[in-house]
Amino acid sequence: MAAVQETIDQVKSIDVTEYKYGFVTELEVEKPAKGLTEDTVRYISARKNEPAWMLEWRLDAFRRWKTMTEPAWARVNYPPIDYQNIYYYAAPKGPAPQSLDEVDPAILDAYKKLGIPLSEQEILAGVAPENRVAVDAVFDSVSVVTTFKKELAQAGVIFCSISDAIQEHPELVKKYLATVVPVTDNYFATLNCAVFTDGSFVYIPKGVRCPMELSTYFRINEQNTGQFERTLIIADEGSYVSYLEGCTAPKRDENQLHAAVVELIALDDAEIKYSTVQNWYPGDAEGKGGIYNFVTKRGDCRGKNSKISWTQVETGSAITWKYPSCILRGDGSRGEFYSIAVSNGAQQVDSGTKMIHLGKNTTSKIIAKGIAAGKSDSTYRGMVSAHRKATGARNFTNCDSLLIGDQCGAHTIPYIEAKTATAVFEHEATTSKIGEDQMFYCQQRGLSEEEAVALIVNGFVKEVLQQLPMEFAVEAQKLITISLEGSVG
Amino acid sequence: MLEIRNLVVKIADEDKQILNGLNLTVNDGEVAAIMGPNGSGKSTLSYVIAGKEDYEVLDGEILLNGENVLEMEADARAAAGIFLAFQYPLEIPGVATMTFLKAAMNAQRRARGEAELLTPDFIKAVNGAADKLGIAKDMLRRPLNVGFSGGEKKRMEILQMALLAPSMCILDETDSGLDIDALRIVADGVNALRDKNRGFLVITHYQRLLDHIIPDTVHVMSQGRIVKTGGKELALELEKSGYAAYVEAA
Repeated sequence: MAAVQETIDQVKSIDVTEYKYGFVTELEVEKPAKGLTEDTVRYISARKNEPAWMLEWRLDAFRRWKTMTEPAWARVNYPPIDYQNIYYYAAPKGPAPQSLDEVDPAILDAYKKLGIPLSEQEILAGVAPENRVAVDAVFDSVSVVTTFKKELAQAGVIFCSISDAIQEHPELVKKYLATVVPVTDNYFATLNCAVFTDGSFVYIPKGVRCPMELSTYFRINEQNTGQFERTLIIADEGSYVSYLEGCTAPKRDENQLHAAVVELIALDDAEIKYSTVQNWYPGDAEGKGGIYNFVTKRGDCRGKNSKISWTQVETGSAITWKYPSCILRGDGSRGEFYSIAVSNGAQQVDSGTKMIHLGKNTTSKIIAKGIAAGKSDSTYRGMVSAHRKATGARNFTNCDSLLIGDQCGAHTIPYIEAKTATAVFEHEATTSKIGEDQMFYCQQRGLSEEEAVALIVNGFVKEVLQQLPMEFAVEAQKLITISLEGSVG
Repeated sequence: MLEIRNLVVKIADEDKQILNGLNLTVNDGEVAAIMGPNGSGKSTLSYVIAGKEDYEVLDGEILLNGENVLEMEADARAAAGIFLAFQYPLEIPGVATMTFLKAAMNAQRRARGEAELLTPDFIKAVNGAADKLGIAKDMLRRPLNVGFSGGEKKRMEILQMALLAPSMCILDETDSGLDIDALRIVADGVNALRDKNRGFLVITHYQRLLDHIIPDTVHVMSQGRIVKTGGKELALELEKSGYAAYVEAA
């Protein structure tokens, strides 16, 4: 039909210029030679003045990585990655800035363009104290600044880059690093262990409710450079923290690799809320360029009655491969996963979660909403399992897919394993399509095409958006609308 | 005022011609009924007036208050005053009825260069109109038309008609699937909206609806044309003798 053809034409003509974070910051940078050898690992470790134990740990991971093969089970297609054709480290030239005044103005300017002010005075202007957000800004391979460190320290909260944590809190890093995602967990996680560059470290002491939102803003800027983020968050007994990460990258014709590892540890009665607004450059409409987002995120509810909640809004990346998961080890612990995955153009998404019930009376909830438009392909892959000792385990899963147009695909692949008869697992899934008749009905009532799509999509994702901190929910809603612009004819 | 002149329409991508030089005028304040057998093109006519994309207009024009609407998108026609009460209203999952109503009303106001409604005014308007149609508040919080009964869906169409205050209302087989009580509620809702500045085009198979919504004029449609026009008594005559004579005449 005519209208369908028009939809196809419009999707084809989606202009990548809609990606408004695609600018490049011109900087003098310091990089090792391209490629990955033991020398690269030594170079990274030396650049960070790391202690010997850290270097040994990295080298061990690197040796193991060389024996592994890249996984191929995800429903995504991409040409083989040449790991020798990537820069593994890129940092602005010169000594590391000791304060905001020493940060290259070009970098500050870049964050300003992204809407992330890094000066504390600027953040404070016009913001109520309870709405403040502390930011760790990671630019390519290094953390350039972390705000509100002093004030957080007064509450006993440690919020710094992982590089600083290795120097200043080695006992905590040694105790917890790779205890949730083992070094050899998977190909990309092992690679990350060998070459991780920067990311955030958070420690919330016993009984402390973190006085503000913490966030990390990741920016990939350099060409042909991989970003290997490493984040470690520990919530000690009875503590609470809410953490948010955002990500963007310039428009480039080459694909770039982002292979992160994020580990969360919640001890007795602690709660961690981790939110992601992922908007890496998605590539153009034909699939040229864009970020490969191959990420391992896992939380360990190690203590009794602990809680970990993942919320993610995924609109960017050429390929997304991530499964933020919860190990429900402590009795009475709870895991939650709320996800919106939007794909358009030629994007490919294979994402979901794992809820691994080990302790007694553990509960989990999964709400996954996938929206596919253009020629994109979106797969929800989720696993819910109960160990035989996990008596009384309960899970509720709901995954819904919304298709826009007739050239996209949505798939749901649930894996359910219960080794105790007392487990109660529920799974609901729906797939719906924004049809031309629905569009006509909305337009007949006066809504434009864009308004109608936005209305239907917002209704679809509302349940997940409500999980985000208020100010980010508004941003995320806008982002979803922009990502789907021009997807309906 | 709605004027349709020599309208020739076919289904896009097919050779099948549905409307064959149709002429029709509905004056402000007039309630015109169109009756006709299945396949005579009644629903197509309503879709083409409202601007559905599945059709190709080969000839003729449709004027609303003297302005040709054929070049306008469906949402612009809605803002200009055309409202179509659907035979099968669509479900909009995840969007609360209240949210949908507000979005639609404000979209039309924006398109006409008017200020958006204030929330208290909006709520007052919706509650007043819903009460008249016997629509429970709980229904307004549910996603539009999702899980609504046939009667509830039709009442919801009339609620939207009341709130959007169009100048030209088209009712496509509004009586289909309604029991007699629901039919009366819907008809009362429509009658309450009769106004000297508003025209109605009521499309129906049966006389039954016209016992409740008394038309000023009755048109008989067959094979994509208006083949006879008369007063309300024409509907009664059709009820007795059927459409056979007109099918042959066309």
